[in-house]
Amino acid sequence: MRLYDLAHVLRSKNSGPFEVTLDILFSDPEAYERVKKSGRITREAIAALYRIPVSHITDFAWYDPGLGVKITFLRDTSSGTVGDRDVYGAQQHAPLIDLEIP
Amino acid sequence: MRTLILSPCGILGYGFPNESFQAALKQRPDAIVVDAGSTDAGPHKLGAGVAIVSRMAAKKDLSRLMEGARRLGIPLLVGSSGGSGARKHTMWTLDIVQEIAKEMGWDPRIAVILADIPKEDILMAQREGRIEPMSVNVPAITEETLKETNGVVAQMGVEPILRALEGRPDIVLCGRAYDPASFAAVGMARGHDPALCYHLGKILECGTLCAEPGTAKDVMLGQLDDDGFEVWAADPRRKCTPTSVAAHTFYEKDHPYILKGPGIVLDLSCCAFRQAGDGRVRVTGSRITYPPYAIKLEGARRVAYRTFVLAGIRDPMLISRLDEVEEAVVRSVESYYDDIPRDSYQIRFVHYGLDGVMGSLEPDRTLPHEIGLMFEVIADTQEKADAICATTRSAYLHYGYPGRKSTAGNLAFPFAPSDISFGPVYVFSVYHLMYVDDPLRYFPIEWLGGDRNETV
Repeated sequence: MRLYDLAHVLRSKNSGPFEVTLDILFSDPEAYERVKKSGRITREAIAALYRIPVSHITDFAWYDPGLGVKITFLRDTSSGTVGDRDVYGAQQHAPLIDLEIP
Repeated sequence: MRTLILSPCGILGYGFPNESFQAALKQRPDAIVVDAGSTDAGPHKLGAGVAIVSRMAAKKDLSRLMEGARRLGIPLLVGSSGGSGARKHTMWTLDIVQEIAKEMGWDPRIAVILADIPKEDILMAQREGRIEPMSVNVPAITEETLKETNGVVAQMGVEPILRALEGRPDIVLCGRAYDPASFAAVGMARGHDPALCYHLGKILECGTLCAEPGTAKDVMLGQLDDDGFEVWAADPRRKCTPTSVAAHTFYEKDHPYILKGPGIVLDLSCCAFRQAGDGRVRVTGSRITYPPYAIKLEGARRVAYRTFVLAGIRDPMLISRLDEVEEAVVRSVESYYDDIPRDSYQIRFVHYGLDGVMGSLEPDRTLPHEIGLMFEVIADTQEKADAICATTRSAYLHYGYPGRKSTAGNLAFPFAPSDISFGPVYVFSVYHLMYVDDPLRYFPIEWLGGDRNETV
């Protein structure tokens, strides 16, 4: 099943002007556990998907009470300056959509 | 002991339904607190000294809030006035507040807390090793970049706001503040557990974003008691659930349950969230630790001027040869302007439909049938950006690539004129922590109106 179909919220946003953070949130604990246990969401997998070094991922955390996982990575270009393409960082989640979760 | 805080919306000037606000006032809140700040819109607001919202919208919201606060005899607190919270933004907000007060025939006691940081203090702190970047990709502060930076603000913690509340103000206008701080200060002034106060502040500062359906444009309530707090939306159609409230700490933060603020680290890993009535959630177990006190500095610097063009491309042969054509266009511009130093301007092409949104992060490189093209010239003066952009546009429009059949023109412009002179471009040149001994030092309080008029 695609991650997009399992998740309740799949979004990206600035976490300050120098980082973008990805949130994958679920509405039912079963879907959350299924994705958490699938091993498909890891620092390495996200780095490969976004074609960035693993060292650029500054935070990676599952939060059981919130039924979600958060991945934060460094921006190449800080928000709103020359060369930026997404001032709010709000449309950087798309590569996650088609991730297949067994 | 219970303390009820009303948060009307996520950003002052975003607006909120009056029915929600009036219903919330009937629940007898102890304070109205609204956050006005964000760095989300980029460095331009801080650099250029302009607000995030229009004056008209700020006045509309403030009029309602001031009327409600006056009627109930409760304080109104505004965090990060004017969006960026520098003196200019804070004075902009004060001007609106004073205009409204005059119209109401009210002389409220106003505390204004400024948050501007002298540059020489930043350089001294840097020499003393008290400055660190917020992340490894933040450029180092140099004397030169700091000189060019258009003012630096710092996010205040609760301490200056607590000091202001001791003076029993009707209205507190904070300069740049840690978003939860003005909410937390209200609870802490009444003796509540700081961990709960900050956690509640983190939730309330976004309006009803933690409810479902969520929005930053509606009224939220939060009530602190002796061992926890409860949150609910003023509009009963917006429901809080344990998951929606727990998940809210994901929003715009780098970590879902470790939150760092001025002199604090909030740890929400052991929180319990439980349904406490229809659409109402009770939270317990927030924890706090106190690391060495640091304030977050923010500064913006003008780096260049921009002129840009929007155009569409529909010819399939051109779409398959964009890189080659654009290289040739740039070469022709360079050779025409061989008297202009090449490092004083940049020409950038962005291809919507291909990788316009994600650039190098885009995994899908399928060629589309149509391209939305944005190109821009970034230069050290506006005049130069305008001139080079015009030449780039005409070169691109008429460039005869090998095999071209659409020989009348390569670009479909939606507008005439096609070139948009944008003005200055800024960058966040300061985004650092500065360790300080005294949380009050950089946040002086000025009192206006009421029966007092003094500087503390």
